[in-house]
Formats: sequence, structure tokens, C-alpha cells
Amino acid sequence: MELKSRVPDGPIAQAWDKHKFDMKVVSPANKRKHSVIMVGSGLAGASAAASMSELGYKVKCFCFQDSPRRAHSIAAQGGINAAKNYPNDGDSIWRLFYDTVKGGDFRSREANVYRLAQLSVQIIDQAVAQGVPFAREYGGLLANRSFGGALVSRTFYARGQTGQQLLLGAYQALEKEIAKGGVKMYPRTEMLDLIVVDGRARGIVVRDLRTGQVSSHLADAVVLATGGYGNVFFLSTNARGSNATAIWRAYKHGAAFANPCFTQIHPTCIPVSGDHQSKLTLMSESLRNDGRLWVPKKGGDTRRPGDIPPAERDYYLERKYPSFGNLPSRDVASRAAKEVCDEGRGVGPGGRGVYLDFADAIARVGKQAIAERYGNLFEMYERITDENPYEVPMRIYPAVHYTMGGLWVDYNLMSSIPGLHVIGEANFSDHGANRLGASSLMQGLADGYFVLPYTIGNYLGSAKLEPVAEDHPAVRAAEAAVAARTKRLLSIDGKRSVTSLHRELGHLVWEYCGMARTADGLRHALAEIPKLREEFWKNLKVLGTGEELNQSLEHAGRVADFMELAELMCRDALHREESCGCHFREEYQTADGEARRDDEHFAYVAAWEYQGDGKDPVLHKEPLTFENVHFATRSYK
Amino acid sequence: MNITLHVWRQAGPTAAGRFERYVARDISADMSFLEMLDVVNEALIGEDKEPIAFDHDCREGICGMCGMMINGVAHGPMKLTTTCQLHMRSFKDGDELWIEPWRSRAFRVEKDLVVDRSAFDRIIQAGGYISVDTGAPQDANAIPIAKQDSDDAMDAAACIGCGACVAACPNGSASLFTAAKIGHLGLLPQGQPERDRRALRMVAQMDLEHFGHCTFFGECQEACPKGISIDFIARMNRDFLAAASREREEKALAGAG
Repeated sequence: MELKSRVPDGPIAQAWDKHKFDMKVVSPANKRKHSVIMVGSGLAGASAAASMSELGYKVKCFCFQDSPRRAHSIAAQGGINAAKNYPNDGDSIWRLFYDTVKGGDFRSREANVYRLAQLSVQIIDQAVAQGVPFAREYGGLLANRSFGGALVSRTFYARGQTGQQLLLGAYQALEKEIAKGGVKMYPRTEMLDLIVVDGRARGIVVRDLRTGQVSSHLADAVVLATGGYGNVFFLSTNARGSNATAIWRAYKHGAAFANPCFTQIHPTCIPVSGDHQSKLTLMSESLRNDGRLWVPKKGGDTRRPGDIPPAERDYYLERKYPSFGNLPSRDVASRAAKEVCDEGRGVGPGGRGVYLDFADAIARVGKQAIAERYGNLFEMYERITDENPYEVPMRIYPAVHYTMGGLWVDYNLMSSIPGLHVIGEANFSDHGANRLGASSLMQGLADGYFVLPYTIGNYLGSAKLEPVAEDHPAVRAAEAAVAARTKRLLSIDGKRSVTSLHRELGHLVWEYCGMARTADGLRHALAEIPKLREEFWKNLKVLGTGEELNQSLEHAGRVADFMELAELMCRDALHREESCGCHFREEYQTADGEARRDDEHFAYVAAWEYQGDGKDPVLHKEPLTFENVHFATRSYK
Repeated sequence: MNITLHVWRQAGPTAAGRFERYVARDISADMSFLEMLDVVNEALIGEDKEPIAFDHDCREGICGMCGMMINGVAHGPMKLTTTCQLHMRSFKDGDELWIEPWRSRAFRVEKDLVVDRSAFDRIIQAGGYISVDTGAPQDANAIPIAKQDSDDAMDAAACIGCGACVAACPNGSASLFTAAKIGHLGLLPQGQPERDRRALRMVAQMDLEHFGHCTFFGECQEACPKGISIDFIARMNRDFLAAASREREEKALAGAG
């Protein structure tokens, strides 16, 4: 396999414009002859499906939820970045580009990131035209706020529901196209396999989750917009249904999987309250604008937070990072929290928590102003913990939130399987080893509204595509594989529920491939995961049948894939003998505990190619060059 | 604590349903309602009984996927709260709970507590959008929007489409859901060109889907986990009437009257 990034030559600022001109364009009359399959209906999927339909392509869109509006993009709280420079604080496309490359710790592709920063500006215009009710100032113009990892205010927001409002904007555009007949929507339908004919992605096999019926859909191109794989950890901020099945099936057909170990741990989530915990809830990072993080200076201090005098508190982020204060990037903030808890200074039950205190902000701007900024987050916190954050500091702890890794794609967002495109969180492209806050919404929408609708035309206009018969051997084989797998999951007849096995896998991955990793720990995980996988296939119990709505069966299929993906993550983490971004290998750190990156040996994208079950995957390296932002050690001090 | 549950079990859309009694044991006050059901389901699987099917996804109160009647109240006893964000501290040891799916003619039961809410998507398809294609619209700050209008639009746009309003309404009306979208878009300058058409079409679609009529019981706003006000229904009715009368005038002018 050869990884061709297809990044255009020439100055980075003109690369996208030049590329748009160089790409093949499909004429309006021919667009309607082309069909595209879209899997997923989140920000990336819905925006791309709608935009392609507007151009004239025939689109089929699939989601496993009961409506495309449920996709997990909806849960993003804090905001979306754009280099509008409305506040006149010195922002520019170049600065957003620079911040994102640096925030990603020099493990992303410069040209992709530059394009993302360019398109950020258009996204806000598009969303406002759709009626997305972003926050406004009294003069009627859009409001901005600052966000972790940035020194300028470039984040647009809609209360604490920015993801919801942007998704509903994309969803409404999608429904508009469904009404026109350009998109056919298949809710409660899950993709279970990819159909590859003559080396090109030509369709998918799906299961209707209501009836269990398995069917195939064929098209000229397939797009995966299926989100991240954070649920491999069992506990994460992802929705419970979020899964890796679509990208994992594609991986097993030959799509390279890039940087699987780059998983982001979000610093501000509500701590775990007990073994029953089914998911973790994020408290938007925007809270760090006004909240101050602290723990008691002494370990084992059980006084109530209000009884601890300021002199006995350690505002550890402000102490360690005086210029960014409470706003260093997510990975840095997360590790700092882990560190103080490891020292025995954590607060709350189990000692895995730190305070996020709004007392000073309330004294400064008043309770009303804080309520306007974060009211819904404070309510959500109180509902979950039964504590009022206007009166006592929040308790927070890091949790798995986002996966920067994903299927490898070139500049056109096409994977290593021709015709298979991957957009949004499902691909690896723009965030390197760490994603900055308020940039996942930006990436999902840039990919969906403004990149894929162009680049897919380049593929469709240049590929010679013969029609595929519905009974083509590749189609029949994929259908048979899906049916066999369902049958196998139902016939194990063991003793353990899917949830118990998933939870056990999650513990392993969190312990050994979470916030801090070591070679020994990763080797241990690599020995344990295959044993657990064996236990899964021997001792799983799924009741009911395959011909009905069967939620345990759905979950089992997803966990089976997580059991394999977990191993690839650990393998990737073990091979990357450096610390960069969210990937912190304890062996590679500076004297004061900061990540030690190794640009000489690891400035590349690690793309893994599947070789067959039981065989080691092959590592391919796409070298990363930095011509515009020069290698520098990130410093939030 | 231990809680006795009477849960509606129904194998499929056409099967007969019934209440089954279960005891949820050793439930902690910190569990969410759905985590309590997870515990019950794990126990059922242990006894080789099929787990209770229920819709859920984000479990943080924003996706709108979860929802059930708990003792006859949509999303249970806590105001402004989805089922996934309802915690067991709202209940006490020994409580007895009846758990049912959303009940409405327009929401078919798929299985147990899972219902079909696709009618909501079709109402949006009828006009719940602004017809702007992806492209290069004007700069986002070209049209100032008064903060109050924008905030009011956001109040309506906060709807999560869960269906509690329909389930709570004695008439099974989807007026609050429909009005929220009409209100959101109608309050913004971008939404003006299609305002009449939107109101006429979305209301017509709501009727086609067999939702009942609104008679201002107000149960919907009590059940709404996002606190959407029935003021928006008044606004929708006004938009609809104005649009209908304008439409008649236009037809009359065109000679169709």
C-alpha cells in the first residue's frame, strides 16, 4: 500500500483554491446519474448529504438512531471556532491554522489544517443563513468567547448547546433535501459491512434494526461519517450507541487506520459515582474561562471546600501555566488533574476529582452573568450530582471524549480504498495528536459542507465505474458474512452479558492505554485483550433472535469490533516511542513532567493495514513536513 | 433501595402488550433512571429473560432519544428533565412505578418502550427549515438581530424532539413540537420569506400524521424537558391564521376565489 496524501504543491494559502480548480468537475446533467451512500447523519454526514443532494447527486443516508437529528454531534456544548476576527483581537486564518497545528503537537497535515482554518469563516456564514441562533450582543452582532488552547476569542456559541443548534441546522438542510427527493433516509439502520468490487468501494450491507432484515445498497461512492470510537473505553462522553463498526469493517477491507492511539481525554467531566455508571457527562471546557481549578495543598484534606482558606488551596494550573492560567490545551489540563489526584490531593468520593470553582467569577461579574453563560450546564451538573455549583465548587475529572485517530484519508478525504471517503471524527485528518476545543464542530462541517461535495466530484468524474449487479459475488459474500456473524453472536449461548464484557475491556484500555501509557502496561494489555476476546466469543450470552429489534445483539456486534480495535490502539501506542499531544508515554517526559516529542523519529502518520485475523497488521508511515509552522515545543507557560 | 416496577412489555408493533412486574434491587440514589433499568436488564439476562427494550443514546439530556411514561408522567416526576437525567434520588425505597411507552396514535410502539417518532421528521420536512443551499451566503454579521429576538428564537430552538409533549397531551397533539420550530425560524429575519408557507405546511402535515388538536390543556409545557412555552403555540396559531387569510386573498386576487 502506498499512502499518497495528494496535497497540492505550492504556497499553502493558495493550495485549496488551486486544487478546486485542478479537480474534475461533474456536469450538472451528469451529477444526477451518480449515487452516493452516506453512513451517519451527524454534523459531517448530514451537511455532506444535504450539500451533495443540492448539487444533484442521488444520496442514500443511513443512521442507527430513530432520526438523523439524534446523532452525537448534538451533545457538543461549548462552541465552534472561526477565524472571523470580529472582536479585533488579532485573529486570522493563519493564527487559527498555527494554533491548530501547534495544539495538535505537530502530528497533523499542514495543508489540511490550513484549509480547515480557511473554511471556518464560511461555516459561520452558512449556519447563520440557516437560522442557527448563535449568541449575540445587544447591538445585534454575534458574540464570541475564548476557549482552551487559544489566546484570542474566536469561538461562536449558542448557549451551551452549540452542537445541537449546528446539527439541527444541518438536519433541517437534510430534511429539506429528503422532502425534495434528493436524499433517501434510512433511520434505525446499521451498516455492518462494506462492499468492495474491483478494488473500489461500491456499497454497504445493512441491518434494519426493527426487523433484523439484512440488505445491500450499491452506489458509485461510499462515505463514512460515523464518528469516533471513544466507546472502546466503555465509559466515555460519547453517546451509548456511538461505535466503530463501520470504520472497522472498512479497515478489514483494506482501509488504513491512522493513529489509533490518539484519543483525547477531556479535562472537565463529572467524576464517576459508582459501578453502575453507564456514561460520563462532559461539562463544557468553556467553563474554564471563568472557573478556577484547584485542589487542597495537603493530601487527605477532607474539609468542605468553602472551609479551606485560599492560602491552603493549590490553583495548580495557574501555578504551572501562568500565561494560559486555567486554559492550557485539553491534554495538558487532563494530565495535570491526574497528577494532583495521583499525589493523593484529589477531592470527592474515591479521590478522583478536582474543584472547578466559580466563586471568584460570580463575585466579579455577578450570578446573573454566569447563569447566562453556563446556566444549562450548571443545571445539568446539579441534576447529576445533587450539588449546586453556584454555591459549592464543581467536582470534575478527565474522561475519554474524542478520537483524533481514524481511517486514513488523503487531501480529498478519500481512504486507501478508492471510492471510500471518510469525514468528520471518523477520519484522522486535522487534529494531529490533540484536538483543540471548539474545533470538532468546525471540522465536521468543513468536511461536510465545503470539502467533500467538491472532492467527491473529482472521484466520480475521473473513475470509470461500471454498474454492479445486485447479485455480484462480492455483494453476496458480504451479505453472507453479515448473516453468519449475527448467527454466531446469537449461538454462543454463554453466561456473560455484553455489558459485562464491554466494561471489562474498557477497564483494560483505560488503565493501560488511557491518560498515561508505558511499554510494560501496553504489553500487558496486548496479552490480555486477546484473552478477553476469546472469552467474548466463548461465553457471551445474547437472548432473542436476529429477526426483531434486539438491542443486546446490536451492542454485541459493536463490542466484538471494539475487542479488535483495542488491540490496534495498544499496538500503535506501544510503537510510538515518544510523548505527543494526548499520547503520553511515561518513559518520554522532560524533567518537569512535560511531554517529550521525538520529531526526528516520529513526525509521521502511523497508518495500519489489516493483513487478516491472527496476523500482525503492517505499519505504513506518511511523513509529515512542516514548512509553515516550525517545530516547537508546545508551552502553555 | 428496592423499587417495584410494572413495565410495559410488547414484542412488536402488532403484538399484544402487558405489564410485567420486576423488582429493582440495591438501587443507589446516584443512578440515573436508565442506569436503574440497565441493572434490571442485567438481572433479567442472568435469568435468561429478554431485557427491556428502550431508546436512549446520549444520556445527557440533549439527543431526545429516550423517554417513557413514569407513573403516568412523561419523563417522570422531575421538571425540566429527560428520563436519562432523572436520578433515583427522586424516588424512595419501596416505591412502585408503572413504566409505559409514549402513548399516542401517531407514535406506533415498536417494542416494549420503543416508539416510532418518524412523524416528527416528516413535519420538519414539510417546512421546518430555511431554504438556503450550501454556498457563499453573506457575512454572518451583515444582518444584526436584536439579542432579545435571538434569545427568544433560541428558547424555541432548544426543542430536542423527544415527544414528551405529545405523550403528555390528552389530545395527543404535536402542537408544541411544531410551534417550537415555527417560532424559532419565524423570529429570525432569515426565516421571514417562507414564514407563511412554513406555518401552513407544517400544520397541515401535523394533521396528516394523526396528531390531535391543541385545546390548551398546557400539559405539554409541563412535560417539556427543555421548558418550551406554550406561548409558541399561540404564535404558531397566529402565523397560521395570518398565512391562511393572506393565501385566500392571494387566490382571490388571482381569480381563484
